[in-house]
Amino acid sequence: MSALTETTMPETTLSADAVLFETLLRVGDSALILGHRVSEWCGHAPTLEEDIAQANVALDLIGQATLWLGLAAEVEGAGRDADALAFRRDAGGFRNLLLAEQPNRDFAVTVMRQFLFDAWHAELLAGLAASTDPRVAEIAAKARKEVAYHLDRSETLVIGLGDGTPESHARMQAALTRLWPFTGEPFRGDATDAAAAEAGIAPDPAALEPGWRARVEAVLAEATLTLPDTARFRSGGRSGVHGEALGLLLAEMQFLQRAYPDATW
Amino acid sequence: MSSEWPLWEVFIRGQHGLNHRHVGSLHAPSAEMAIQNARDVYTRRNEGVSIWVVRSNDITASAPSDKGPLFEPSNAKVYRHPTFFDIPDDVGHM
Amino acid sequence: MYAQMVTSEGGKARDEMTPEECAFQDRIDRGERIEPKDWMPEGYRKTLIRQIGQHAHSEVVGQLPEGNWITRAPTLERKQILLAKVQDEAGHGLYLYSAAETLGVSRDELTEMLLAGKMKYSSIFNYPTLTWADIGAVGWLVDGAAIMNQVPLQRTSYGPYARAMVRICKEESFHQRQGYSIMMTMARGTADQKAMAQDALNRFWYPSLMMFGPSDKDSVHSAQSMAWKIKINTNDELRQKFVDQTVPQARFLGLEIPDPDLVWNEEKGGYDFSQPDWSEFYEVLKGNGPCNAERMEARIEAWEDGAWVREGLMAHAEKRAAAHAAE
Repeated sequence: MSALTETTMPETTLSADAVLFETLLRVGDSALILGHRVSEWCGHAPTLEEDIAQANVALDLIGQATLWLGLAAEVEGAGRDADALAFRRDAGGFRNLLLAEQPNRDFAVTVMRQFLFDAWHAELLAGLAASTDPRVAEIAAKARKEVAYHLDRSETLVIGLGDGTPESHARMQAALTRLWPFTGEPFRGDATDAAAAEAGIAPDPAALEPGWRARVEAVLAEATLTLPDTARFRSGGRSGVHGEALGLLLAEMQFLQRAYPDATW
Repeated sequence: MSSEWPLWEVFIRGQHGLNHRHVGSLHAPSAEMAIQNARDVYTRRNEGVSIWVVRSNDITASAPSDKGPLFEPSNAKVYRHPTFFDIPDDVGHM
Repeated sequence: MYAQMVTSEGGKARDEMTPEECAFQDRIDRGERIEPKDWMPEGYRKTLIRQIGQHAHSEVVGQLPEGNWITRAPTLERKQILLAKVQDEAGHGLYLYSAAETLGVSRDELTEMLLAGKMKYSSIFNYPTLTWADIGAVGWLVDGAAIMNQVPLQRTSYGPYARAMVRICKEESFHQRQGYSIMMTMARGTADQKAMAQDALNRFWYPSLMMFGPSDKDSVHSAQSMAWKIKINTNDELRQKFVDQTVPQARFLGLEIPDPDLVWNEEKGGYDFSQPDWSEFYEVLKGNGPCNAERMEARIEAWEDGAWVREGLMAHAEKRAAAHAAE
């Protein structure tokens, strides 16, 4: 096993806490990394209204990440807290979806990434709200309301820009084509997911796909966008194998904690 | 082509069951997006439970020059105010 | 301040005024609010557009130096606080543009004037944020200076401007505190952190004093703006108040104001202090400050890169409206 994936537990040794810890990282890291990406727009969005709205999405996601990672640290019981998990892990320790770490590029990629993510996130949180672990259910219940709004908004934008001008249509179609290969990963489970589903902690990833697919197809049709026929094969984020972009994101995000390890902020 | 989004006036009803109140304005391409933008711009501090938006161009306002005829006559109708009536203290609270 | 050196149009003596102008000035003197549809002198309208526009531009450009650290904020909580704060600045820009729009100018027109260099924004945002302590210093000093100006503007004569300021002041109340909270943590932290805090104060002290603008006790523009109650205090009054308020706060932090001539003056009940280098101020206003080019580039890029988004959503809304009308 390579150093990058060394924290992935061998199937046979998964304790209940290890499963829960890993599950929480997967949810929390995706929220954190996408929230970070969205926050990069602050001060640079196409209108003031959109600038404010994007910041709200970023605030919701980073707030959710704080709760998920806080609980993960508590479950881990190794004296770390949410900040230690966010700012002191290297890329190989992150469990976010590759979709979440994709760079903003233009507003089309940002909006499309958000929509594809939100549609999955809403399904996931509905499942987590029914978790057998009340701490998980509680965080999910709060996050679910926020994400329902994110999805409303990203749908409106995908439809408006897909079915807007020829340029906005072309940009949205290009964004969809670029991101489509990353949309299989959220539904591809592994031993951790199976154990989490078995314990009733989290839904089975594959079970989320029909709801996601129905929503995505309906919205993209209304947006006059065409589903790419490329394979949705890219994965690795949930086991710690990321793209180059995540390392750069973390170099920026973790700079102060790394440069001044003894400081409190 | 001018793509400037139209201006909307935003009215919000707060937590305490009072009337919708004008809170400001914003730009949006459609009523649906005006509602969403209003939620993001004007309820960041938990200010509201209901939002109305209306195109600024659709508001008909009274002219300032009519201020006298429109509003001054009601000054004379002092009997509409409770303090107009003198009720003896012995009657108690009314 | 956020609206520095606004040129005021008008400045007539009472015996030169038309009867309408006299009546208008009487309303202001009585403390009445002027509302959008009311008659107003053209000079009042133009001066207000310039001032409110400059104020709005300052909020929006002001997102950039602080936004520079959102992705590097050191904890999840600090990140959320800073993001919320910079988001508020966007909101304040929006409220102010809305107030200006009641005077018959559109937000896009104002934006285009800013991007063409025909309108200004506050000089302070042309200084770089080099360390995390700068985020503390900006909140503490820059927002502190802004509040000095904005609180009295809640009583300004133009209704929509005054109402925008009320909302802004209410929301601003946490901004200065979050800056000071960062400074406290840094000043009590490691030697490195304390050095960063002192360095931030050193670099932001004089630019903060410049925010109030040069002395305007003899300025005809200021006199007219004060007669119209769109400017409430002189620049020197506000600067003095700012220094008097800030010096004890710096001492509490154990930091030193970078002014060897700073001394308490018992007679005037305030500090004597050194003036900033006003030639630097004029250079920054002319566009030669440390970050003028970068700030304008960032705004121009956002505007140009966002054009297809604004057009796309508008085109979609028009299609929908047309389809709805055809039903």
